[in-house]
Amino acid sequence: MIKNILNLGDASVYCDFGKDVNKEINTNVINYFNNLKDKKIEGITNITPSYNKLIISFDLDITNFLKIKKIIENLEVKKKNENKKKFIEIPICNEKKFTLDHSRLENLLKIKYDKILEIFFSKEYFCYMTGFIAGMPFLGDISEKLRAKRLETPRVKVPKGSIGLTEQFCNIYTYESPGGWNIIGNTPLEIFNKDNQKNPALINPGDTVKFKQISEDEYDKIKK
Amino acid sequence: MNMIKSKNSYFEVERAGVNTTFQDRGRQNLNHIGIPVSGVMDKRNYILANALLKKDLNSPVIEFAYQGPLLKYKGEEIFIVLTGDVKFQIVRDNNKKIIGEPYQVYLIQNNDKIDIQSTNKSVYGYISVSEDFILDKTWGSYSINTKANIGPNNGEKLSNNQKINIDHKKKNLTITNLNYVNSKIEYIRVLRSMHFDFFSEKSKNIFFNKEFKVTKLSDRMGMRLKGQVLENVVNSNIKSEGLVKGVIQVPSDGNPIIMLSDHGTIGGYPKIANVISADFDKLVQMIPGSAIKFKQVSLEEAEKLFKFYNLETDNLINQI
Repeated sequence: MIKNILNLGDASVYCDFGKDVNKEINTNVINYFNNLKDKKIEGITNITPSYNKLIISFDLDITNFLKIKKIIENLEVKKKNENKKKFIEIPICNEKKFTLDHSRLENLLKIKYDKILEIFFSKEYFCYMTGFIAGMPFLGDISEKLRAKRLETPRVKVPKGSIGLTEQFCNIYTYESPGGWNIIGNTPLEIFNKDNQKNPALINPGDTVKFKQISEDEYDKIKK
Repeated sequence: MNMIKSKNSYFEVERAGVNTTFQDRGRQNLNHIGIPVSGVMDKRNYILANALLKKDLNSPVIEFAYQGPLLKYKGEEIFIVLTGDVKFQIVRDNNKKIIGEPYQVYLIQNNDKIDIQSTNKSVYGYISVSEDFILDKTWGSYSINTKANIGPNNGEKLSNNQKINIDHKKKNLTITNLNYVNSKIEYIRVLRSMHFDFFSEKSKNIFFNKEFKVTKLSDRMGMRLKGQVLENVVNSNIKSEGLVKGVIQVPSDGNPIIMLSDHGTIGGYPKIANVISADFDKLVQMIPGSAIKFKQVSLEEAEKLFKFYNLETDNLINQI
């Protein structure tokens, strides 16, 4: 449930769902997000869910903080039917050239790389939020055994398609971008498609992701 | 059937300028998948540029920063207007030079050049044309975000020797000009944000009583400030959460960063305050080296000030 509703500046509402980061709280945030989105409330310009917060921006020409706050307080949050959430399989290739942090992860986690991959591929991951760069999903939770710090010095360029790990999350770099996550593989799939004007992001908050290991040949075939 | 034939005319970009992009009001309802809003930095000057040419107030314009483009026009006559505190000249085909004035409408003919030399003690300026630019919308907007490569022109700023195509339908226009001077502001007014109390009492005092300098590390994404360091006594790293325009974040080095039009959708630094909507236009025009002083207002005052800002804009439009 929302613990606190505050104004963030004069043109947005900050809904605080607490401090913890877990699937239950995040599911609640996403439920609010989906319900608000479906209501298509006049004046709302953006709804941004994150781990445990929901920020709603609005056009101050049309509405204001108190009006939106009231709408949120009176919102009947229906649980979304499960079939609206997608289950997505993402192929990853873990050949040496893609696993930039192969030895770093072995040293940090004190686990052999094959075992790291075995643990990583054995779980399904929940999409907590999308952002930072367009379409980048923040997926969790990864096994306690695989939790590694960010790189001390972030890379200036992380290749597009890289799968990164840090703390309880993994992500996918939808573009080449700077970044400090530990890279364990690369997907040939287009996670964010600019040319798709309707649904550019393959993975949305609330979706479930399962990774599948593929060979370099398969990687090249999908990539073409 | 008698079809109105539209003819294509165009600008040749002889010099692109520092950061020249197409902008409109930006794209909405995509933050949740990581797509920034973007859109013009100085909203009033954008609106005035279109109002002076009697265009739809949502039409795209060319935004430039510091040094603007040098554009050579090819085609049948067209009207143009520049807004902002801008120094420019029009070089006619016969080499005659006319000193340009912002907020004045000019007739441009084949082979005329518009040379936008600089913005005076300000950052952004705008040029609008009476006809329509030929551009494609990306997710409902013509705004270019060069950091994420989103928008027309492959999401990149304009470059030397490219063309800007114009759909020439020959609209009739009665010329009206406007007398307007961009005023400076003594304070940037803010609302306290949820993490205000993360900062020491001394730092809270510094925030509202000392000057902060605008640094060169400022662009369409954000404005980095430098002043006395703000000391966070609670937690300098929060779990990533959404951002909005005007948020003032303070990372662990204690120097504030103000989020502007192209800001990323989420961030993990504490938010000390938010610039009020009525002061965005004045904020973005502050050049590196300028001093900013923050003044606290209430939400009710901020809303009133925004109404007043809108009224002022409407009054200007009504004079046109």
